[in-house]
Amino acid sequence: MRKIKSISDLESWRKQIVAKQKKYKTVVSVCGGTGCQAYGCKRVRNQLAKTIRKNGDGQKIRLKLTGCRGFCERGPIVTIQPQGIFYQRVQERDVPLIISETLEKGKVLEHLLYEDADKKRKVTSEKDILFYKAQHRLVLGNNGLVEPTKIEDYIGIGGYQALAKALFNMTPQQIIDEMKGSGLRGRGGAGFPTGRKWEDCREASGYPKFVVCNCDEGDPGAYMDRSLLEGNPHSVLEGIIIGGSAIGAHQGYIYVRHEYPLACKNAEVAIAQARRAGFLGENIVGSGLNFDVEIVKGGGAFVCGESTALIASIEGKVGEPRSKQIHTVVQGLWGKPTNLNNVETWANVPMIIRQGSQWFSSIGTEKSKGTKIFSLVGKVKNTGLVEVPMGITLKKIIFDIGGGPQDGKAIKAVQTGGPSGGCIPASLFDLPVDFDSLTQAGSMMGSGGMIVMDEGTCMVDVAKYFVHFLQEESCGKCLPCREGLKRMGEILDGFAEGKGNGESLSLLEELAQVVADTSLCGLGKTAPNPVLSALRYFRPEFEDHIHRKRCPAAVCTPLIHYSISRGDCTGCGACKKVCPAQAIEGERKHSHRILLELCSKCGSCKDVCKANAVLVQ
Amino acid sequence: MNFRSVDRIIDRYEEKRTALISILHDIQGQYHHLPEEPLKRVASRLQMDLTEIYGVATFYKSFTLTPKGKHSITLCVGTACHVRGSAKILRELTKLLNIEPGQTTKDKIFSLEAVNCLGVCAIGPVMLVNGKYYGEMNWVKAKRLLEKLNNHRGGVRS
Repeated sequence: MRKIKSISDLESWRKQIVAKQKKYKTVVSVCGGTGCQAYGCKRVRNQLAKTIRKNGDGQKIRLKLTGCRGFCERGPIVTIQPQGIFYQRVQERDVPLIISETLEKGKVLEHLLYEDADKKRKVTSEKDILFYKAQHRLVLGNNGLVEPTKIEDYIGIGGYQALAKALFNMTPQQIIDEMKGSGLRGRGGAGFPTGRKWEDCREASGYPKFVVCNCDEGDPGAYMDRSLLEGNPHSVLEGIIIGGSAIGAHQGYIYVRHEYPLACKNAEVAIAQARRAGFLGENIVGSGLNFDVEIVKGGGAFVCGESTALIASIEGKVGEPRSKQIHTVVQGLWGKPTNLNNVETWANVPMIIRQGSQWFSSIGTEKSKGTKIFSLVGKVKNTGLVEVPMGITLKKIIFDIGGGPQDGKAIKAVQTGGPSGGCIPASLFDLPVDFDSLTQAGSMMGSGGMIVMDEGTCMVDVAKYFVHFLQEESCGKCLPCREGLKRMGEILDGFAEGKGNGESLSLLEELAQVVADTSLCGLGKTAPNPVLSALRYFRPEFEDHIHRKRCPAAVCTPLIHYSISRGDCTGCGACKKVCPAQAIEGERKHSHRILLELCSKCGSCKDVCKANAVLVQ
Repeated sequence: MNFRSVDRIIDRYEEKRTALISILHDIQGQYHHLPEEPLKRVASRLQMDLTEIYGVATFYKSFTLTPKGKHSITLCVGTACHVRGSAKILRELTKLLNIEPGQTTKDKIFSLEAVNCLGVCAIGPVMLVNGKYYGEMNWVKAKRLLEKLNNHRGGVRS
């Protein structure tokens, strides 16, 4: 690899790469995101590589293992360019046909295409799939174009040109002004204006200064940052270097959850490549700037997503937050000015510098600019990562992109903002998605988790889940959070067991308010949100548990029982075979029944029943 | 105990205190848990109190002070997996293996972990078994997987 010493060096390298890429007749990209890996994409990739090599087509066909393409539910995904063919759920056994039919004869294999459920027709191209059509994939789109471990791919699509522009054609103040003008707000959750944060850090006295990239994506149900750092690490790195140069820092840190081994690995590879190419280290691109980045692995603590706790963790200490009277931009890492942004925020930076703040701010709403990546998961048909312009309605995301309910059950809510957010009921799905309207609805944007819930989701159970989650993750430093959440959890456990009463409900509400008002850090202050929002929109469900001792969604185990619908049971005996409690009786080909006194409510019978005859009430 | 490998890890991080968490990760990668002797070595070389090191090792969930079993089972209990039924899988797993999350079976065959999010939410419930991801799990599938891992022993004890 060559060392880039000037803008013209970079440009000639890019031209060289593009010329080399043009030599390939076909590009076959296999999605290598963690979701597709679970479905065996690596076996598909290896098989493709083997066959291409065997056929001696290595010069004609470029095979890429890219980052996450977003449509994880349909993995493994294979795309073929320039034809733009999108194959889904590809298995190893499909490889010979892909090679002999599609690559050699140009024929499209119908059985690997995505089927549009409404119109019952096969769709060949990615851009015609409804899931992708309604999206605006500015940040995530490049994931499909680059192989994350190949810097040449990133250079080929114009990578590091924003850095060159920032270093040679802009002053630090101009970079900050551009960021301020873009209206970009932090994608980690709170939505603080990025440009202002940078400016505060630049103006803070104290030396040295640091920049930090937060990839401690602890919000359960969200994996945008993982996919970005895993799939396009150079875009994040470029953003960090630009930020570092504007702020006047010489050292950056990427804090990654240890649960993300592939993200750690790809980021490490990217850093080593960037050093060799002269984008990190001394005299970057011949500009005189010295800046380097190091990776710090987290230890699996949710609270470390909070900036002050994260900083303590980088310092090698226990990740306890501190009071934020003095902001981290003034006193952060080792007491020095530190600018901390999340992965998605950093990945937006190169784009803004290259295409300008005016272009960026033309996307989105008045107060929330640009796009946002959401992890659309839970009880929805098309699950995966979606990137949409700010201001789009929840309805559009869930029903157009997400394809609506998963198995016929009506969707009743969507949970946003992770454990600090709340549940928004279906009646408010016309709400535009931006920082302010979600907060008004009692939830928040958060980092971008969007967990869809249907009639089979119990809101008492969800509230209980979050409170236990936060109780577990509370660092224990301040009392309201440590003790308050524990008591709230006990009350909710009682509801789920049918032991609640009206008094405990009002105690729960009172406690929630006290925890919110008196906790030290963001974790505790927002901890009651899931409970309060569930009570605000789904109070009748709580009352069902408390007064009628029933769980309408059939989730809370002590309040439910299993039975078999006589009319639907085919008598196949699968449930009887799998039941660990021998609680099912019946002859083959005759309707079976569950003996309630023996049933342990494990749900195995429901898992194996092909006729959908097991009922839960 | 031979400290050569522990020293190599500490050298790699240039004896930096700030690298403590990374050092502990690497030691755990080697021993599959954090034994006392290597931790003492870390304390002396980084010039830190052993209590401080234990403070960090016990604060972060990814560290374990007891040896792990032959097969490591990590169940995701993040929100997306939860609404799709991972709580039920966890409940039955703890019943079947007779251990709580974070523990290892007496015969050292299975270690069970419940983590808050593996970041593979689109295909939940997700289970990570010996480093391999399994999506769209339910209890029956999980049980069969365990039985397969344990088949040379004639099935999982229930």
